[in-house]
Amino acid sequence: MTLSRREALGLTAGFAAFIAFGPKATIAATPETDAAIKAFTGGAMPAEGKVSLDTPEIAENGNTVPVGVSVDSPMTADSYVESVMILADGNPNPAVATFHFTAISGAAEAKTRIRLAKTQNVIAIAKMSDGSTFMDTKEVKVTIGGCGG
Amino acid sequence: MAAPKPRVKVPKKASKGEVITIKTLISHPMESGQRKDKKTGELIPRQIINKFTCEFNGQVVFTCDMDPAVSANPYLEFNAKIEDSGTFKFTWVDDNGSVYTTEKKLTVE
Repeated sequence: MTLSRREALGLTAGFAAFIAFGPKATIAATPETDAAIKAFTGGAMPAEGKVSLDTPEIAENGNTVPVGVSVDSPMTADSYVESVMILADGNPNPAVATFHFTAISGAAEAKTRIRLAKTQNVIAIAKMSDGSTFMDTKEVKVTIGGCGG
Repeated sequence: MAAPKPRVKVPKKASKGEVITIKTLISHPMESGQRKDKKTGELIPRQIINKFTCEFNGQVVFTCDMDPAVSANPYLEFNAKIEDSGTFKFTWVDDNGSVYTTEKKLTVE
């Protein structure tokens, strides 16, 4: 098979695009965040869906950024959300907080306020009682960072 | 540092099977261990609340492990499903080993 110059160029460009936008080998931007996710899920890749993160699009003060998370689950003794981990991949230490729910939590929803050092992705990962994991990611633009100082 | 003061908002009454929302806040600087003392240039050691627990009649409702990225005066909002009257017990654990607790009663109508 011989390729014309045009075809060869097209193929190379396509291959480059595949590497750049193709299946992601890692979930998060930094290796620390990735390691934290793998430690939480036991090495599995969390699926999209079920979890929804509620964050502001722009946070003026990175010292207190309101973050809410809710997980779609019946919350009965047989099927409930065990825990939800919140990560911020641009912080010096990506771990933020881990919520643990029980069957009498009623609804798998929690809100808190967190510190964000800079504009970054906030990630929520939920672990169900059957062991499956789900995640959601939201970018938060931070005007004034909330670490150090 | 003034002694951390917990504040909790729980409805006084609920109907059986109702899911109520609980809001908690405790005054605490949540020193992250990342900040430097402006005069000496040395790192201020980390001191945060690292664990929060909420129990209802001895049964765990909700717990939270916190890292330094939680804001000062940590605020938490969560839910509980009510079947009986009883007492909520809230516990915060400090890095220095101190434990702060508070209790709230709830009646089922």
